[in-house]
Amino acid sequence: MAVFFLMASIAAHAQDEKGQNIPLISGGVGFLTNTSGGNTSYNPILSPLIAAPLGSRILVEGRGYILDVFYPNGQAGYARFHFQGLTYLQANFIASRHLTVVGGEFLTPFATYNERLSPLWISNLQNGPLISGIGVMGSASSVGGMVRGSAFSNSHVNADYAVYYSANSTNPNFSAEHSSGGRGSLYFPNERLEVGASFGRRLQATTANFAGVHVWWEPASTALKLRSEYAHAPHASGYWIEADYRLSRFNGGESFIGRIEPVFRMQQTFRSAPDPGDGLPSADTQETDFGLNYRLPHEVRLESSYSREFSSTGDKNIWQTGIVYRFLFPTWRGK
Amino acid sequence: MKRSSILISCLAGAFAILPLIAQPTAPKGNSQVPPAQSKHAPPPAYSSDGERVFKQNCSRCHEAPQSFPPQISGTVVRHMRVRASLSEQDEKLILKFLNP
Repeated sequence: MAVFFLMASIAAHAQDEKGQNIPLISGGVGFLTNTSGGNTSYNPILSPLIAAPLGSRILVEGRGYILDVFYPNGQAGYARFHFQGLTYLQANFIASRHLTVVGGEFLTPFATYNERLSPLWISNLQNGPLISGIGVMGSASSVGGMVRGSAFSNSHVNADYAVYYSANSTNPNFSAEHSSGGRGSLYFPNERLEVGASFGRRLQATTANFAGVHVWWEPASTALKLRSEYAHAPHASGYWIEADYRLSRFNGGESFIGRIEPVFRMQQTFRSAPDPGDGLPSADTQETDFGLNYRLPHEVRLESSYSREFSSTGDKNIWQTGIVYRFLFPTWRGK
Repeated sequence: MKRSSILISCLAGAFAILPLIAQPTAPKGNSQVPPAQSKHAPPPAYSSDGERVFKQNCSRCHEAPQSFPPQISGTVVRHMRVRASLSEQDEKLILKFLNP
Protein backbone atom coordinates (compact mmCIF):
# COMPACT_ATOMS: atom_id res chain seq x y z
CA MET A 1 0.00 0.00 0.00
CA ALA A 2 2.83 2.37 0.81
CA VAL A 3 4.30 1.70 -2.61
CA PHE A 4 0.97 2.42 -4.25
CA PHE A 5 0.56 5.75 -2.47
CA LEU A 6 4.14 6.70 -3.31
CA MET A 7 3.51 6.01 -6.99
CA ALA A 8 0.32 8.04 -6.93
CA SER A 9 1.98 11.01 -5.25
CA ILE A 10 4.85 11.02 -7.74
CA ALA A 11 2.44 10.83 -10.62
CA ALA A 12 0.40 13.68 -9.22
CA HIS A 13 3.09 16.02 -10.50
CA ALA A 14 3.15 14.49 -13.92
CA GLN A 15 -0.29 15.14 -15.37
CA ASP A 16 -0.57 15.75 -19.06
CA GLU A 17 -2.12 18.80 -20.65
CA LYS A 18 -5.38 17.08 -21.55
CA GLY A 19 -5.86 15.61 -18.10
CA GLN A 20 -6.30 12.06 -19.44
CA ASN A 21 -3.32 10.52 -17.69
CA ILE A 22 -4.41 10.53 -14.09
CA PRO A 23 -3.22 7.46 -12.16
CA LEU A 24 -5.86 4.81 -11.81
CA ILE A 25 -6.75 2.19 -9.30
CA SER A 26 -8.30 -0.94 -10.67
CA GLY A 27 -8.61 -4.58 -9.73
CA GLY A 28 -11.07 -7.05 -8.37
CA VAL A 29 -12.58 -8.11 -5.09
CA GLY A 30 -14.39 -11.37 -4.67
CA PHE A 31 -15.64 -14.15 -2.48
CA LEU A 32 -14.94 -17.61 -3.83
CA THR A 33 -15.79 -21.10 -2.66
CA ASN A 34 -13.96 -24.25 -3.67
CA THR A 35 -14.92 -27.87 -2.97
CA SER A 36 -12.22 -30.20 -4.24
CA GLY A 37 -12.44 -33.91 -3.53
CA GLY A 38 -14.94 -33.20 -0.75
CA ASN A 39 -12.83 -30.54 1.00
CA THR A 40 -14.39 -27.08 1.02
CA SER A 41 -12.67 -23.73 1.47
CA TYR A 42 -14.00 -20.16 1.48
CA ASN A 43 -11.73 -17.54 -0.03
CA PRO A 44 -12.30 -13.77 0.24
CA ILE A 45 -9.78 -12.03 -2.00
CA LEU A 46 -8.79 -8.49 -2.96
CA SER A 47 -6.46 -7.86 -5.89
CA PRO A 48 -5.77 -4.14 -6.44
CA LEU A 49 -3.85 -2.70 -9.36
CA ILE A 50 -2.44 0.79 -9.73
CA ALA A 51 -1.09 2.36 -12.90
CA ALA A 52 0.60 5.75 -12.84
CA PRO A 53 1.93 7.49 -15.96
CA LEU A 54 5.01 9.67 -15.56
CA GLY A 55 5.47 12.14 -18.39
CA SER A 56 4.69 10.95 -21.88
CA ARG A 57 6.76 7.77 -22.01
CA ILE A 58 6.76 6.09 -18.61
CA LEU A 59 4.16 3.99 -16.88
CA VAL A 60 4.66 2.57 -13.40
CA GLU A 61 2.25 -0.20 -12.48
CA GLY A 62 1.81 -2.80 -9.82
CA ARG A 63 -0.65 -5.43 -8.68
CA GLY A 64 -1.01 -7.07 -5.31
CA TYR A 65 -3.28 -9.48 -3.54
CA ILE A 66 -4.75 -10.09 -0.11
CA LEU A 67 -6.22 -13.55 0.29
CA ASP A 68 -7.74 -15.42 3.20
CA VAL A 69 -8.53 -19.12 3.10
CA PHE A 70 -11.06 -20.49 5.57
CA TYR A 71 -11.83 -24.19 5.85
CA PRO A 72 -13.49 -26.43 8.46
CA ASN A 73 -10.91 -27.54 11.01
CA GLY A 74 -12.65 -30.84 11.73
CA GLN A 75 -13.96 -29.70 15.09
CA ALA A 76 -16.44 -26.90 15.58
CA GLY A 77 -14.81 -24.02 13.79
CA TYR A 78 -12.70 -22.93 10.88
CA ALA A 79 -9.00 -22.70 10.31
CA ARG A 80 -7.67 -19.64 8.53
CA PHE A 81 -4.65 -18.92 6.39
CA HIS A 82 -3.74 -15.41 5.33
CA PHE A 83 -1.68 -14.48 2.28
CA GLN A 84 -0.68 -11.12 0.89
CA GLY A 85 1.96 -9.86 -1.44
CA LEU A 86 2.92 -8.22 -4.68
CA THR A 87 2.17 -9.94 -7.95
CA TYR A 88 4.28 -7.49 -9.91
CA LEU A 89 5.69 -3.99 -9.67
CA GLN A 90 7.26 -2.68 -12.84
CA ALA A 91 8.27 0.48 -14.65
CA ASN A 92 7.69 0.65 -18.40
CA PHE A 93 9.61 3.03 -20.62
CA ILE A 94 8.20 3.42 -24.13
CA ALA A 95 11.48 3.94 -25.94
CA SER A 96 10.17 3.92 -29.49
CA ARG A 97 7.18 2.84 -31.54
CA HIS A 98 8.55 -0.71 -31.54
CA LEU A 99 10.27 -0.97 -28.18
CA THR A 100 9.17 -0.79 -24.56
CA VAL A 101 11.76 -1.39 -21.86
CA VAL A 102 10.47 -2.91 -18.63
CA GLY A 103 12.30 -3.05 -15.31
CA GLY A 104 11.37 -4.39 -11.90
CA GLU A 105 9.24 -7.38 -11.04
CA PHE A 106 7.04 -8.43 -13.94
CA LEU A 107 4.86 -11.36 -14.92
CA THR A 108 6.98 -13.92 -16.75
CA PRO A 109 6.05 -13.74 -20.44
CA PHE A 110 5.43 -17.36 -21.28
CA ALA A 111 2.39 -18.46 -23.29
CA THR A 112 -0.78 -16.47 -22.57
CA TYR A 113 -2.37 -17.47 -19.28
CA ASN A 114 0.06 -15.84 -16.87
CA GLU A 115 0.05 -12.35 -18.35
CA ARG A 116 -3.42 -12.12 -19.81
CA LEU A 117 -5.89 -14.41 -18.10
CA SER A 118 -4.70 -14.81 -14.52
CA PRO A 119 -6.27 -11.66 -12.99
CA LEU A 120 -9.22 -12.40 -10.75
CA TRP A 121 -11.59 -10.24 -12.79
CA ILE A 122 -10.58 -11.74 -16.15
CA SER A 123 -10.26 -15.49 -15.70
CA ASN A 124 -13.34 -17.44 -16.74
CA LEU A 125 -12.59 -20.27 -14.34
CA GLN A 126 -11.15 -19.91 -10.85
CA ASN A 127 -8.56 -22.64 -11.28
CA GLY A 128 -5.78 -21.96 -13.73
CA PRO A 129 -4.86 -24.59 -16.31
CA LEU A 130 -2.90 -27.60 -15.07
CA ILE A 131 0.06 -26.57 -17.22
CA SER A 132 0.10 -22.96 -16.01
CA GLY A 133 3.24 -23.72 -14.00
CA ILE A 134 5.33 -24.57 -17.06
CA GLY A 135 7.73 -21.87 -18.20
CA VAL A 136 6.81 -19.23 -15.62
CA MET A 137 9.73 -20.17 -13.34
CA GLY A 138 8.11 -20.93 -10.03
CA SER A 139 6.61 -17.72 -8.74
CA ALA A 140 5.21 -16.71 -12.16
CA SER A 141 7.10 -13.42 -11.76
CA SER A 142 10.59 -12.42 -12.80
CA VAL A 143 12.89 -9.74 -11.41
CA GLY A 144 15.10 -8.02 -13.93
CA GLY A 145 14.52 -6.52 -17.33
CA MET A 146 12.37 -7.13 -20.35
CA VAL A 147 12.04 -5.62 -23.80
CA ARG A 148 8.76 -5.98 -25.62
CA GLY A 149 6.52 -4.33 -28.16
CA SER A 150 5.06 -4.49 -31.59
CA ALA A 151 7.79 -5.40 -34.06
CA PHE A 152 5.64 -4.92 -37.12
CA SER A 153 2.07 -3.89 -37.62
CA ASN A 154 -0.33 -3.11 -40.44
CA SER A 155 -4.02 -3.65 -41.06
CA HIS A 156 -3.51 -7.37 -41.74
CA VAL A 157 -1.04 -8.54 -39.11
CA ASN A 158 0.61 -7.48 -35.88
CA ALA A 159 3.82 -9.20 -34.83
CA ASP A 160 4.72 -8.72 -31.18
CA TYR A 161 7.53 -9.95 -29.00
CA ALA A 162 8.75 -10.05 -25.39
CA VAL A 163 12.25 -11.07 -24.27
CA TYR A 164 13.37 -11.04 -20.64
CA TYR A 165 16.21 -11.79 -18.28
CA SER A 166 15.63 -12.43 -14.59
CA ALA A 167 17.98 -12.61 -11.63
CA ASN A 168 17.55 -15.01 -8.75
CA SER A 169 15.69 -13.32 -5.90
CA THR A 170 14.78 -14.85 -2.57
CA ASN A 171 13.08 -11.74 -1.21
CA PRO A 172 9.58 -12.93 -0.24
CA ASN A 173 7.94 -9.96 -1.98
CA PHE A 174 10.05 -10.24 -5.13
CA SER A 175 10.60 -13.94 -5.48
CA ALA A 176 12.10 -15.03 -8.80
CA GLU A 177 14.42 -17.56 -10.38
CA HIS A 178 17.49 -16.91 -12.50
CA SER A 179 16.09 -17.40 -15.97
CA SER A 180 15.57 -15.96 -19.41
CA GLY A 181 13.10 -16.45 -22.20
CA GLY A 182 10.54 -14.82 -24.37
CA ARG A 183 7.48 -15.03 -26.52
CA GLY A 184 6.60 -14.05 -30.04
CA SER A 185 3.19 -14.03 -31.67
CA LEU A 186 1.38 -13.05 -34.81
CA TYR A 187 -2.11 -11.59 -34.64
CA PHE A 188 -4.29 -11.38 -37.72
CA PRO A 189 -6.97 -8.83 -36.78
CA ASN A 190 -9.30 -9.48 -39.70
CA GLU A 191 -9.45 -13.18 -38.92
CA ARG A 192 -9.04 -12.53 -35.19
CA LEU A 193 -6.53 -15.32 -35.11
CA GLU A 194 -3.40 -15.34 -32.98
CA VAL A 195 -0.59 -17.87 -33.07
CA GLY A 196 2.51 -17.68 -30.95
CA ALA A 197 5.42 -19.54 -29.43
CA SER A 198 7.29 -19.19 -26.13
CA PHE A 199 10.62 -20.31 -24.81
CA GLY A 200 12.12 -20.21 -21.34
CA ARG A 201 15.37 -21.42 -19.79
CA ARG A 202 16.01 -21.81 -16.08
CA LEU A 203 19.62 -20.84 -15.43
CA GLN A 204 20.08 -21.72 -11.78
CA ALA A 205 20.75 -25.07 -10.09
CA THR A 206 19.67 -27.68 -12.65
CA THR A 207 19.12 -25.85 -15.90
CA ALA A 208 15.99 -26.69 -17.83
CA ASN A 209 14.31 -25.62 -21.05
CA PHE A 210 10.60 -24.95 -21.48
CA ALA A 211 8.68 -24.40 -24.70
CA GLY A 212 5.11 -23.66 -25.60
CA VAL A 213 2.76 -22.65 -28.38
CA HIS A 214 -0.62 -20.97 -28.25
CA VAL A 215 -3.49 -20.43 -30.66
CA TRP A 216 -6.41 -18.10 -30.04
CA TRP A 217 -9.32 -17.63 -32.39
CA GLU A 218 -12.24 -15.32 -31.77
CA PRO A 219 -14.43 -15.21 -34.89
CA ALA A 220 -15.77 -11.72 -35.47
CA SER A 221 -19.22 -12.93 -36.45
CA THR A 222 -19.98 -14.58 -33.10
CA ALA A 223 -19.29 -14.15 -29.40
CA LEU A 224 -17.40 -17.43 -29.31
CA LYS A 225 -13.82 -17.40 -28.04
CA LEU A 226 -11.47 -20.33 -28.50
CA ARG A 227 -8.15 -20.35 -26.68
CA SER A 228 -5.55 -23.05 -26.42
CA GLU A 229 -2.02 -23.66 -25.23
CA TYR A 230 0.48 -26.49 -25.37
CA ALA A 231 3.57 -26.44 -23.13
CA HIS A 232 6.51 -28.76 -22.71
CA ALA A 233 8.79 -29.14 -19.67
CA PRO A 234 11.73 -31.57 -19.27
CA HIS A 235 9.61 -34.17 -17.50
CA ALA A 236 6.03 -33.29 -18.35
CA SER A 237 3.86 -31.67 -20.98
CA GLY A 238 0.24 -30.82 -21.51
CA TYR A 239 -2.37 -28.73 -23.24
CA TRP A 240 -5.64 -26.96 -22.59
CA ILE A 241 -8.42 -25.82 -24.88
CA GLU A 242 -11.03 -23.38 -23.64
CA ALA A 243 -14.21 -22.18 -25.30
CA ASP A 244 -16.50 -19.54 -23.92
CA TYR A 245 -19.58 -18.18 -25.52
CA ARG A 246 -21.56 -15.23 -24.24
CA LEU A 247 -25.21 -15.60 -25.23
CA SER A 248 -25.39 -12.05 -26.53
CA ARG A 249 -27.23 -13.22 -29.63
CA PHE A 250 -30.28 -13.69 -27.49
CA ASN A 251 -31.56 -10.10 -27.37
CA GLY A 252 -28.12 -8.57 -26.87
CA GLY A 253 -25.44 -8.65 -24.25
CA GLU A 254 -27.47 -6.65 -21.73
CA SER A 255 -30.50 -8.92 -21.80
CA PHE A 256 -31.23 -11.51 -19.12
CA ILE A 257 -30.11 -14.36 -21.35
CA GLY A 258 -27.36 -12.35 -23.01
CA ARG A 259 -25.52 -11.97 -19.72
CA ILE A 260 -24.98 -15.73 -19.44
CA GLU A 261 -21.56 -17.04 -20.44
CA PRO A 262 -21.00 -20.81 -20.56
CA VAL A 263 -17.39 -21.92 -20.47
CA PHE A 264 -15.87 -25.26 -21.37
CA ARG A 265 -12.25 -26.26 -20.90
CA MET A 266 -10.54 -29.54 -21.65
CA GLN A 267 -7.02 -30.25 -20.49
CA GLN A 268 -4.57 -33.07 -20.30
CA THR A 269 -1.09 -33.50 -18.83
CA PHE A 270 1.52 -36.17 -19.49
CA ARG A 271 4.20 -37.12 -17.00
CA SER A 272 7.41 -38.79 -18.21
CA ALA A 273 9.40 -38.62 -14.96
CA PRO A 274 8.90 -37.30 -11.42
CA ASP A 275 9.63 -33.59 -11.04
CA PRO A 276 7.97 -31.80 -8.11
CA GLY A 277 9.36 -28.50 -9.35
CA ASP A 278 7.29 -28.13 -12.52
CA GLY A 279 3.94 -27.80 -10.77
CA LEU A 280 2.15 -30.42 -12.85
CA PRO A 281 0.28 -33.44 -11.44
CA SER A 282 2.46 -36.38 -10.45
CA ALA A 283 0.64 -38.70 -12.89
CA ASP A 284 -1.04 -38.38 -16.28
CA THR A 285 -4.22 -36.39 -15.73
CA GLN A 286 -7.29 -35.45 -17.73
CA GLU A 287 -9.70 -32.76 -16.63
CA THR A 288 -12.85 -31.26 -18.06
CA ASP A 289 -14.25 -28.02 -16.68
CA PHE A 290 -17.75 -26.66 -17.18
CA GLY A 291 -18.35 -23.08 -16.12
CA LEU A 292 -21.43 -20.92 -16.12
CA ASN A 293 -20.86 -17.23 -15.47
CA TYR A 294 -23.42 -14.47 -15.25
CA ARG A 295 -22.42 -10.88 -15.83
CA LEU A 296 -24.51 -8.58 -13.69
CA PRO A 297 -24.56 -4.80 -14.28
CA HIS A 298 -21.94 -2.60 -12.63
CA GLU A 299 -19.02 -4.96 -13.30
CA VAL A 300 -20.22 -7.75 -11.03
CA ARG A 301 -19.86 -11.34 -12.18
CA LEU A 302 -21.30 -14.49 -10.69
CA GLU A 303 -19.21 -17.59 -11.30
CA SER A 304 -19.88 -21.28 -11.00
CA SER A 305 -18.09 -24.32 -12.33
CA TYR A 306 -17.86 -28.06 -12.11
CA SER A 307 -14.71 -29.98 -12.97
CA ARG A 308 -14.03 -33.69 -13.17
CA GLU A 309 -10.42 -34.79 -12.88
CA PHE A 310 -9.30 -38.24 -14.00
CA SER A 311 -5.96 -39.52 -12.78
CA SER A 312 -4.34 -42.81 -11.81
CA THR A 313 -3.83 -41.27 -8.37
CA GLY A 314 -7.60 -40.88 -7.99
CA ASP A 315 -10.54 -39.21 -9.69
CA LYS A 316 -12.21 -36.23 -8.06
CA ASN A 317 -14.88 -33.60 -8.50
CA ILE A 318 -14.20 -29.89 -8.11
CA TRP A 319 -17.08 -27.49 -7.49
CA GLN A 320 -16.51 -23.75 -7.42
CA THR A 321 -18.69 -20.70 -7.00
CA GLY A 322 -17.92 -17.04 -6.58
CA ILE A 323 -18.88 -13.43 -6.95
CA VAL A 324 -16.35 -10.94 -8.29
CA TYR A 325 -16.56 -7.15 -8.57
CA ARG A 326 -14.19 -5.30 -10.85
CA PHE A 327 -13.41 -1.71 -9.92
CA LEU A 328 -11.76 1.03 -11.96
CA PHE A 329 -11.51 4.65 -10.91
CA PRO A 330 -9.06 7.56 -10.89
CA THR A 331 -6.92 8.28 -7.86
CA TRP A 332 -8.34 11.80 -7.80
CA ARG A 333 -10.85 13.83 -9.75
CA GLY A 334 -8.32 15.81 -11.78
CA LYS A 335 -8.92 18.94 -13.80
CA MET B 1 -16.38 -43.42 -14.25
CA LYS B 2 -18.13 -44.59 -17.42
CA ARG B 3 -21.31 -42.75 -16.55
CA SER B 4 -19.35 -39.60 -15.77
CA SER B 5 -17.54 -39.81 -19.09
CA ILE B 6 -20.82 -40.09 -20.98
CA LEU B 7 -22.27 -37.16 -19.09
CA ILE B 8 -19.24 -35.02 -19.74
CA SER B 9 -19.25 -35.93 -23.44
CA CYS B 10 -22.91 -34.97 -23.72
CA LEU B 11 -22.36 -31.64 -22.00
CA ALA B 12 -19.35 -30.91 -24.17
CA GLY B 13 -21.32 -31.71 -27.28
CA ALA B 14 -24.17 -29.50 -26.19
CA PHE B 15 -21.76 -26.65 -25.59
CA ALA B 16 -20.12 -27.13 -28.96
CA ILE B 17 -23.37 -26.69 -30.88
CA LEU B 18 -24.55 -23.74 -28.80
CA PRO B 19 -23.21 -21.09 -31.17
CA LEU B 20 -24.89 -22.85 -34.07
CA ILE B 21 -28.35 -22.84 -32.55
CA ALA B 22 -28.15 -19.27 -31.33
CA GLN B 23 -30.06 -17.03 -33.73
CA PRO B 24 -28.54 -13.75 -34.86
CA THR B 25 -30.14 -10.85 -33.06
CA ALA B 26 -28.98 -7.27 -32.90
CA PRO B 27 -27.60 -6.50 -29.45
CA LYS B 28 -29.27 -3.90 -27.30
CA GLY B 29 -27.78 -1.37 -24.96
CA ASN B 30 -24.05 -0.90 -24.61
CA SER B 31 -22.87 -4.42 -25.13
CA GLN B 32 -19.15 -4.70 -25.78
CA VAL B 33 -19.70 -7.75 -27.92
CA PRO B 34 -19.61 -7.03 -31.67
CA PRO B 35 -22.99 -7.16 -33.41
CA ALA B 36 -24.07 -10.66 -34.29
CA GLN B 37 -24.21 -11.68 -37.92
CA SER B 38 -25.54 -14.37 -40.12
CA LYS B 39 -23.17 -16.86 -41.67
CA HIS B 40 -22.78 -14.91 -44.91
CA ALA B 41 -23.00 -11.42 -43.50
CA PRO B 42 -20.15 -8.97 -44.15
CA PRO B 43 -17.65 -8.23 -41.40
CA PRO B 44 -18.90 -6.00 -38.56
CA ALA B 45 -19.26 -2.34 -39.48
CA TYR B 46 -17.36 -0.01 -37.18
CA SER B 47 -17.96 3.68 -36.76
CA SER B 48 -14.23 4.39 -36.78
CA ASP B 49 -10.83 2.75 -37.00
CA GLY B 50 -10.50 3.39 -33.29
CA GLU B 51 -13.60 1.32 -32.54
CA ARG B 52 -12.35 -1.46 -34.78
CA VAL B 53 -8.94 -1.57 -33.10
CA PHE B 54 -10.55 -1.36 -29.69
CA LYS B 55 -12.80 -4.35 -30.32
CA GLN B 56 -10.14 -6.35 -32.10
CA ASN B 57 -7.60 -5.96 -29.32
CA CYS B 58 -9.08 -5.05 -25.96
CA SER B 59 -11.90 -7.60 -26.05
CA ARG B 60 -9.54 -10.47 -26.79
CA CYS B 61 -8.69 -11.06 -23.15
CA HIS B 62 -11.50 -9.45 -21.21
CA GLU B 63 -14.79 -7.68 -21.40
CA ALA B 64 -14.23 -3.97 -21.76
CA PRO B 65 -15.24 -1.91 -18.71
CA GLN B 66 -18.82 -0.70 -18.97
CA SER B 67 -17.60 2.83 -18.40
CA PHE B 68 -14.75 4.79 -16.89
CA PRO B 69 -13.97 8.48 -16.33
CA PRO B 70 -12.31 10.26 -19.28
CA GLN B 71 -9.48 11.54 -17.11
CA ILE B 72 -7.98 8.02 -16.92
CA SER B 73 -8.45 7.11 -20.57
CA GLY B 74 -4.82 7.91 -21.38
CA THR B 75 -3.62 5.75 -18.50
CA VAL B 76 -5.84 2.85 -19.54
CA VAL B 77 -4.59 2.98 -23.11
CA ARG B 78 -0.94 3.25 -22.09
CA HIS B 79 -1.39 0.25 -19.81
CA MET B 80 -2.95 -1.66 -22.69
CA ARG B 81 -0.16 -0.63 -25.06
CA VAL B 82 2.37 -2.30 -22.77
CA ARG B 83 0.27 -5.30 -21.79
CA ALA B 84 -1.14 -6.08 -25.25
CA SER B 85 1.89 -4.87 -27.24
CA LEU B 86 -0.24 -2.46 -29.20
CA SER B 87 1.43 -0.51 -31.93
CA GLU B 88 1.81 3.24 -31.53
CA GLN B 89 -0.76 3.78 -34.26
CA ASP B 90 -3.30 1.53 -32.52
CA GLU B 91 -2.71 3.35 -29.24
CA LYS B 92 -3.54 6.68 -30.86
CA LEU B 93 -6.64 5.30 -32.57
CA ILE B 94 -8.01 3.85 -29.36
CA LEU B 95 -7.34 7.03 -27.42
CA LYS B 96 -9.15 9.03 -30.09
CA PHE B 97 -12.03 6.55 -29.97
CA LEU B 98 -12.32 6.91 -26.20
CA ASN B 99 -12.07 10.71 -26.40
CA PRO B 100 -13.78 11.75 -29.65
